[in-house]
Amino acid sequence: MSIEVLKPGALTTLQDLGRRGFQKLGVPVNGVMDERAHRLANALVGNAQSEGTLEVTLMGPTLRFAVDALIAVTGADLDAKVNGEPLPLDKATAVTAGSELAFGKRRSGVRAYIAVRGGYRVDPVMGSVSLFARGGYGGFAGRALARGDVIALNDSSEKDASSVGRKLAAFSQDVLADVDAPIRVTAGREWERFNAASQDAFQQASFRLTPNSDRMGFRLEGPALELAQAAQMESEALGFGAIQVPADGNPIVLMADRQTTGGYPKIAQVCAVDLPRLAQKMPGESIKFKVIGIDDAQRLLLSQARTFAAWEA
Amino acid sequence: MNGVNSTAVSTTCRLRHSGERTVIVEVQSSDRVAANRIAREMAARIAAANYPFIHDIVPAMTTVGVHYDPHRVDMDSNDTLPYRVVESLLAQIINTSGERSTDTGRVVDIPVCYGGEYGSDLAEVAQRCGLSVDDVVKLHSGELANVMMIGFAPGHPYIGLLDEKLAPSRRATPRTAVPPGSIGLANRQSVIYPVTLPGGWNLIGRTPLRMFDPSRCEPCLLQAGDKVRFVAISPAEFDALNEHAGATR
Repeated sequence: MSIEVLKPGALTTLQDLGRRGFQKLGVPVNGVMDERAHRLANALVGNAQSEGTLEVTLMGPTLRFAVDALIAVTGADLDAKVNGEPLPLDKATAVTAGSELAFGKRRSGVRAYIAVRGGYRVDPVMGSVSLFARGGYGGFAGRALARGDVIALNDSSEKDASSVGRKLAAFSQDVLADVDAPIRVTAGREWERFNAASQDAFQQASFRLTPNSDRMGFRLEGPALELAQAAQMESEALGFGAIQVPADGNPIVLMADRQTTGGYPKIAQVCAVDLPRLAQKMPGESIKFKVIGIDDAQRLLLSQARTFAAWEA
Repeated sequence: MNGVNSTAVSTTCRLRHSGERTVIVEVQSSDRVAANRIAREMAARIAAANYPFIHDIVPAMTTVGVHYDPHRVDMDSNDTLPYRVVESLLAQIINTSGERSTDTGRVVDIPVCYGGEYGSDLAEVAQRCGLSVDDVVKLHSGELANVMMIGFAPGHPYIGLLDEKLAPSRRATPRTAVPPGSIGLANRQSVIYPVTLPGGWNLIGRTPLRMFDPSRCEPCLLQAGDKVRFVAISPAEFDALNEHAGATR
């Protein structure tokens, strides 16, 4: 009961909903970049949404299944194929022992998620199977997948299969937004400290996602954002999607592998419902931001959470 | 004794949201050490309330970050929103009088081999502080110091405030790779690098102890509220105690 890694892909890592409760020790959360795609992949194969999935980045792996399995691939369209035949995205598909799952050229998005019914059998570290590559722990053997790895699968034969294949509730349209719509944010803790020109530029200009962006942070380029007055700041807790602006004026969006605390001024905070859309952006793409109020941000989050809960039922 | 008013220095706490999933408790005080102690006290009080919707409580220098799941907050009416409920519950906690000790009661000795290849900035730090190298070591290792917060990386402590003579600024150009166990010094604080990291602190020594090991039952050697005492050791003692796997000096 296992899968073998014939080709690892560019960066294929095991991730779940993150390592919670240890940030006071400086331990980052990690976890999936695109929470919606990850949860969907699990829900499609009848797993709990907290089960680990393989996060595939840009160039996918080639995996051989040693057993019959029920799988789902979600998120980016990276031309997934099983034994050379196109694999439909966002759908549970049965594969037979000996089948090979491979990926081709990217069509849209950056990160795809592979769920297997029953889940990958990997020991959690501090309550999570999410890889923290920089720390060398979590995931499969504390690192991204490599050629020749054999990943054990949990036995799912005894599990109730009645939930597989059912129709899943859809998100409300305001949760999803168009792929090119501005990324919604709330004003950051230090919003007021930025000068008026920078506040305007942040809401109107386009920012380019630079190539040195990774799971830790998305580095953006655009009009330089400046404080009205230089200020000494103390480090404080950071969340997924915090947008920090270091002295060079180029914003950095903190992503899944972010540090627990930081001391640069935060101009904004990406709304939870728009983090999946941001996580699927390619370096070179341009991004616009739209500031909304915290009431709207929480209403959107609650709406998304209701859909997740409906999938779990 | 009320934690908020327990010093002669006036301090106040206020709540600010940082996005729709995090509330920051700000401690405002002219005395950084007092503000830090109160931040840790507030973190302990919030943890003791055991709210199921709060998943991480992150005490920092003068703030506490409270990360929560809005959809797990019980709301008795549809007119309100989770952040209002959370902020009102947190306001009750921070405004309640009553003392909760923030010290863990632990004193942890940190052996440090100072200077030379272990702390290549020691001589320069001494010069910038107008002290002899021996004076820097004595002042650094002489007193018990507080673990003010853990942050930036797993098990990465901020320790202080140290003697006021130990206040060199950070290096103008950060190093790209600082080896694990390195002791940094700047602005009356020390850090200890748990793993190889980039860093701009002045390196004055290195501990053979491993600050963070995810396979340990307690992964972090230190936690906020501990007291530490740096103890000077020789290179031979460093080698005997060295816990850095495959360590290269």
